[in-house]
Amino acid sequence: MALSLDEVRRIAALARLQLTADEERTFAVQLSAILDHVAQLRELDVTGVPPMTHALAAGEPAGLREDALEPGLTPEEALRNAPAREGTCFKVPRIIE
Amino acid sequence: MEVTRAMPVPDYEVVIGLEVHAQLLTRSKIFCGCSTAFGAAPNAHVCPVCLALPGALPVLNRQVVELAVRTGLALGCVVQPRSVFARKNYFYPDLPKGYQISQYEAPICLGGEVAFDLDGAARRVRLTRIHMEEDAGKNLHEVAVDGGSGVDLNRAGVPLVEIVSEPDLRSAEEAVEYLKALRAVLVWLEVNDGNLEEGSFRCDANVSVRRRGAARYGTRVEIKNMNSFRFLRQAIDFEVRRQVEVVDGGGEIVQETRLFDPDRGETRSMRSKEEAQDYRYFPEPDLPPVLVDEPLLARARAALPELPRPRAARYQRDLGLSPYDAGLLVGDRALADYFDRALAAAGGGPERAKKVANWIIGELSRLMNETGRGPADWKVTPAALAEVVRLVEAGAVSGAGAKQVVEALFREGGDPGAVIALRGLAQLSDAGAIEAAVDRVLAASPAEVERHRSGKKDLTGFFVGQVMKALGAAGNPGVVRALLQKKLGGG
Amino acid sequence: MSDALTHLSLGEASERLADRSVSARELAEACLARVAGTDDRVGAFLRVTAERALAQADAADRRAAARDRRGPLDGVPIALKDLFLTRGVETTAGSRMLEGFVPPYDATVVERLEAAGAVSLGKLNLDEFAMGSSNEQSAYKPCRNPWDLARTPGGSSGGSAAALAARQCFGTLGTDTGGSIRLPASFCGVVGLKPTYGRVSRHGVVAFASSLDQVGPLGRTVRDVALLLGAIAGRDPRDMTSSARPVDDYLAGLEGGVAGLRIGVPREWFAGGVEPGVEREVRGALARLERGGAALVEISLPHTRYGIGAYYLIATAEASSNLARYDGVRYGLRAREPRGLAEMYAESRRRGLGAEPKRRIMLGTFALSAGYHDAYYTRAQQVRTLIRRDFDAAFERCDVVAGPVSPGPAFRLGERSSDPLQMYLADVFTITCNLAALPGLSVPAGLAGGLPVGLQLVGRPFDEATLLRAARALEREVGPLPAPPLPAGAA
Ligand SMILES: [Mg+2]
Ligand SMILES: [Zn+2]
Repeated sequence: MALSLDEVRRIAALARLQLTADEERTFAVQLSAILDHVAQLRELDVTGVPPMTHALAAGEPAGLREDALEPGLTPEEALRNAPAREGTCFKVPRIIE
Repeated sequence: MEVTRAMPVPDYEVVIGLEVHAQLLTRSKIFCGCSTAFGAAPNAHVCPVCLALPGALPVLNRQVVELAVRTGLALGCVVQPRSVFARKNYFYPDLPKGYQISQYEAPICLGGEVAFDLDGAARRVRLTRIHMEEDAGKNLHEVAVDGGSGVDLNRAGVPLVEIVSEPDLRSAEEAVEYLKALRAVLVWLEVNDGNLEEGSFRCDANVSVRRRGAARYGTRVEIKNMNSFRFLRQAIDFEVRRQVEVVDGGGEIVQETRLFDPDRGETRSMRSKEEAQDYRYFPEPDLPPVLVDEPLLARARAALPELPRPRAARYQRDLGLSPYDAGLLVGDRALADYFDRALAAAGGGPERAKKVANWIIGELSRLMNETGRGPADWKVTPAALAEVVRLVEAGAVSGAGAKQVVEALFREGGDPGAVIALRGLAQLSDAGAIEAAVDRVLAASPAEVERHRSGKKDLTGFFVGQVMKALGAAGNPGVVRALLQKKLGGG
Repeated sequence: MSDALTHLSLGEASERLADRSVSARELAEACLARVAGTDDRVGAFLRVTAERALAQADAADRRAAARDRRGPLDGVPIALKDLFLTRGVETTAGSRMLEGFVPPYDATVVERLEAAGAVSLGKLNLDEFAMGSSNEQSAYKPCRNPWDLARTPGGSSGGSAAALAARQCFGTLGTDTGGSIRLPASFCGVVGLKPTYGRVSRHGVVAFASSLDQVGPLGRTVRDVALLLGAIAGRDPRDMTSSARPVDDYLAGLEGGVAGLRIGVPREWFAGGVEPGVEREVRGALARLERGGAALVEISLPHTRYGIGAYYLIATAEASSNLARYDGVRYGLRAREPRGLAEMYAESRRRGLGAEPKRRIMLGTFALSAGYHDAYYTRAQQVRTLIRRDFDAAFERCDVVAGPVSPGPAFRLGERSSDPLQMYLADVFTITCNLAALPGLSVPAGLAGGLPVGLQLVGRPFDEATLLRAARALEREVGPLPAPPLPAGAA
């Protein structure tokens, strides 16, 4: 299927990607080509075929965690890579709700 | 503040469904070993998983599944043998991964109901589903000098169950009663602490109106941010009025999310999240499907206590308690458990049940309110209370004396017999000693004796009180009364 | 003399450490010198951690002196794709987004290799976020193929394969989501194994597509790969998708040969489109295995041609979600002084992410978005089931499936970068193995036009041992390839 520029913009907004006008055009062409190729999946009759959503074989033991505290990071370790901080909070531009 | 009252809207039917987010009482978060404790310094309870560092993977907490299953069993849901976590994708600073791990197409529980009373009649509200999910972090607004916001991820990954009702509720009152009943059950089950202020029990409401008789539901509006029962009532009442006005004015309701503003008692449209709510759900590849097998179900059943409503019904049916008394006792699981233990120690049966219940509802509740100490902290043991009941029955202590005993036990603990001896509260049934006190009281109150004898006024009660006072509450009131009547001649 | 050391296999180096004819420091210094002398041309390393490596080597030598060697990897210089988190050492995933990111924790595989005493020389080049087949998508620099510096080493683990071919270290770790270990192994003439999904922990590995990503070893010999796999395989409580199955002893049956082994040759993998030189070498390898006693069985994998479509929908859908955490809030690149939240997201992601991640995020977001989800994402997952069923049916008739890794040998830098679809189509033979969650391996089959060609072997779930045994049988015939013509320059 051919992806329109509007469609490209809608998807970019959903993904929080800011594209230049050039990128929008390039992606529209490239993604359309890929979707054309992908369209061949429609040839297949998948009625009643369960989707394979998990790759680890069913029947493996669950491996749940016991409800116990484990050491985490100190606030300083947590914030070490932060681009901006205020006290021990990560800092972001003002959020308006 | 003025209390908002529902405007009568006779032409319209109100349709409400609630989505409750309840924090599960676990020590650690749902997908990592960080603490769930409330009130720590920002980002003191975080790790690579709940910070969403690259490469970090979620590992499901077993207790979360157990508590979700317990909740489902208690609410009569069909617990699903296989359920699937999904990713709900959206961007927000308090959502570190850019998606929330929740359950979508295959939740852990389907169906179920919440039962409660409304205006004396039993109501049942159907549940759609219960699913497990993680909480988001917290945005702290305007923490910085330049007006920026802070992000604290201590809450990120705190385990929740989301309990979704069918749109079965028809008024704000009903919604509030439903919510109270649901909260009571969750607290009773020890899966949630019921704390609305700290946000461990939260509720969103889907509200719509339709003209009476209309077959289809109206367009619904989701209201968020109601952290008290009062706010829920105000928000729904406001929203119903608003929607009726819009429809009456020929307008259309817009499907949207609105925020309740408690200061103004209004709901208002949320600006930031309204844009394209396309969550792009898909099954979470990092977490295998959740399998609930027989052993897990058996454990959850074993952990399931008798619930408040069946328990209240049993108190009425088997023990003859009034609906009011039964209701008071099951208002708090610790109180009801205390009652059961004390009654068992007293030997059981309807007669004793009434007496034990009276102590708990009366004197002990009064002391509880006064001291703020819950049944777990009472120094009077259920066995001691049972002993007090038996001593009163045996005439070893008067009712008034027993009150002093119970209060002493409540504050200091110990053995009822010892308290009675120590405080000289043993009931006097010795006619000689009582007669001497009666004589003293009558001699000291000639005017009252005269008025009584002249038939102007029955002062028996006054004399009994005086004698009991003279005896320091240790007299047997029956014996006192009999002696008085004999001395005063008739009655 | 010291440069000769770098031409040893990992196994040989390990034996010389064991008999103490060489020290870990000598090996580490030899490798570091080789890196210094060759990597300006190859570009395999993004970061060399020489001091750390020498300290680790010295520690290994102390253990050896104390007769406390931890095993065959103790003191052996290796290197890691820069997708593995290394505590205290910058980890970028080949992206500007993570420039300067210093992880506070180690990936499980890093922990395991360090526990085994391996000496890590540094972090290896890759396509950004492991998205690519040529290593040209690295945000820092391209990596080149030591056999022909004008050609790509393949991707995304290009640095991992090139470093081995260039004799810069003795073993490496890569990841394989759609062929990212096998393709570069084939292009660079080394051995690369993608284990069964779940055989090796993904904890601490920057995620591309969570249901497809798998960590695996690369080495110059099959035995080296077996040694490395033994060290990293096995259940990890921090990755719920890691399997609890016991880990085989991969060395035990390594020399067992292929007598009686049924090798399935899929009709669809030889149906045209494979370059003649590649087909000749692959068929030659199959003939050698047949002469070694294996039976060649023609099989069919009818859904092969749908693999690319299914893969590029599933992988990108998962990637779009996995890369949402790069938002500029907690780590990574942040837009300078953003005027608001929207600008923070948009600018941080615009500047931090390269063209290929953006393209894939776009495709995956589209595949999951409302209105397209079922037709694209869900259908792709259903086709995934069909592909897995193809293999299940094939393994009724054979023990391993064999064929080419790629339709052609290493291509020239820049040759395909303008046409992403052409780049994707080159993954046709490697992708189905990831979709089916099976183990796959590339072992040198020979040279075509002076460039290495790999034979791909795909096995039953968790049957890495058989793959290694078959690969070893071929290796005995064709031998590890000679070192590419890459003299060490003046260090
Ligand atoms: Mg929710
Ligand atoms: Zn955590």
